[in-house]
Amino acid sequence: MEIVPIRAPVEILLGEDNPGDVYIVRSSLTDSKLHHNFYQVNDGEAVMAYLHQEKDYQNVPLPDLILLDLNLPKKNGFEVLAEIKADLKLKTIPVVILTSSNAETDILRSYQLCANSYIVKPSDYFVFFQAIKNIEIFWLNLAKLPPKTATNFN
Amino acid sequence: MSLSESNQALDILLCEDNLGDVYIITNALRESQIKYNLNHVSNGEAAMAYLQQEGDYPTVPRPDLVLLDLNLPKKPGLEVLQAIKSDPNLKAIPVIILTSSKAEQDILKCYQHYASCFVTKPFDFEEFASAIKKIENFWLNLVQLPPKFAPHGSS
Repeated sequence: MEIVPIRAPVEILLGEDNPGDVYIVRSSLTDSKLHHNFYQVNDGEAVMAYLHQEKDYQNVPLPDLILLDLNLPKKNGFEVLAEIKADLKLKTIPVVILTSSNAETDILRSYQLCANSYIVKPSDYFVFFQAIKNIEIFWLNLAKLPPKTATNFN
Repeated sequence: MSLSESNQALDILLCEDNLGDVYIITNALRESQIKYNLNHVSNGEAAMAYLQQEGDYPTVPRPDLVLLDLNLPKKPGLEVLQAIKSDPNLKAIPVIILTSSKAEQDILKCYQHYASCFVTKPFDFEEFASAIKKIENFWLNLVQLPPKFAPHGSS
């Protein structure tokens, strides 16, 4: 019998206000064999409250991976991205932009703000589902995520 | 229209000094459906000269994607990463760290300096080739890379 090492679950935070998109991401990840916890918030301010473990989010774990929509209420995805990447405690968390925009200016601005990757939501349900699987294969199976206990920021 | 949907070939810069690894990467990408040019440099100084179109590289295209080994001669990969990410003209280019290291310190430092991602090279040949396929499936087929002719950094 193969011995599978016990790993802490991967914490995934989705910043997304469209319930249909949340459903697709959630159900695609639910199929996963990977041990993970999935959290979702509806607006940019809630993303930041979550990451700073403030207000309603005092006991949440810091995410290992963030999936971020650009067109979010209250605080847009660019502002959220800029704050994450300028924060010593948060900047190492990979942020995957997941948006309906394919405008070159949005793509460029996201990369200039140090987005880790930029993905346009496919309009077809099945293709969207596959895209989330592809994210999972790359980010959760292949790439090394930053260590959980990243407390030394030198 | 996205870059990967256009007819323009992607320019990939591979910074790697191990010829065996270069061979595996080149071969694994060969069957790709995406049109691309794979350009290779074998040390960190050459990587910087290439990116700045200096020295032997005055007419090379600006890469759309960089695959960067950490353990490079002349200038270590981490310094190349820092140089790219602190240059307004280069910082938008995604940099994939592809290294034999799996040390937490290396992983953390690379993400602190805005590496797009960190991939540890598998020891096994087949697994290595499969890792390159996964990179291809994600970065060449799914991700939108920055536009080819990026205006000067505005942020």
